[in-house]
Amino acid sequence: MADIAFLLIIFFLVTTTMSQDKGLSLQLPPVGEAKKVKQKNVCNVWINDADEIAFYEQKQFTPVAFEQLAVEVRRRLTENEKLIVSLKAERGAKYSRFIDVLDELKLAGATRISIAEPEGGD
Amino acid sequence: MRFARKSTVGAAIPTASMADISFLLLVFFMVSTVFVRYRGIPVTLPQAEAVEELEMRRHVTSIWVSNQGIINIDDAQVTLDQVGPLIHAKLTANPRLVVSLKADADAEFGRLSDVMQELRRVEALRVNFATLREKEDASQ
Repeated sequence: MADIAFLLIIFFLVTTTMSQDKGLSLQLPPVGEAKKVKQKNVCNVWINDADEIAFYEQKQFTPVAFEQLAVEVRRRLTENEKLIVSLKAERGAKYSRFIDVLDELKLAGATRISIAEPEGGD
Repeated sequence: MRFARKSTVGAAIPTASMADISFLLLVFFMVSTVFVRYRGIPVTLPQAEAVEELEMRRHVTSIWVSNQGIINIDDAQVTLDQVGPLIHAKLTANPRLVVSLKADADAEFGRLSDVMQELRRVEALRVNFATLREKEDASQ
């Protein structure tokens, strides 16, 4: 009896994978429900093909270094707590860069993050 | 002169509760085991710091995207148009579904965006970008 139980224990010990799925969670917006948001509550972050980052405000781009991104976003969040960060990457941008930026936004405490559809074809 | 007699105290390990303990362990492992159903394709996941863990593995379904842009669901290579219907079927079977996007760090964002649009179209809105936890020395 005990032998069988131990055999089964060893079997389950070996087959158990404790590693959990982990990553950055995000809620996507539903299709065709374009909410109107005040322009001043939106902070656009752009990533281009060359993996450079820029803020897009008042119709002009302000490039920002990756190291400065979290600081800048945090500053904007303290100024306006309703701020929605809209992340827009060009199609040619690298996925790892996108994850890095998303990670920085989350670390900066941005809870409302939206991912905009990219511009520019293949 | 007389020496002390040999001690008669026996040393024994009580094994009466052994079966109980082993059955307890057995039940624990049986309950906690989730068999790996799909292997996917080998991808180099990107690293991040603000990592959250997904709780219920049975509500998680994975989409693998390689650096070549190959999409793989349930160990089958699929085209972009097939992603929507497949995930929709899964979502109907399990409304609490969370989609885990396991994409290669070198993948193109455009491809991932296409997949995300497909997910939005079938209203699979809860996604998780699978990442590794960033190592301490790598962040410095």
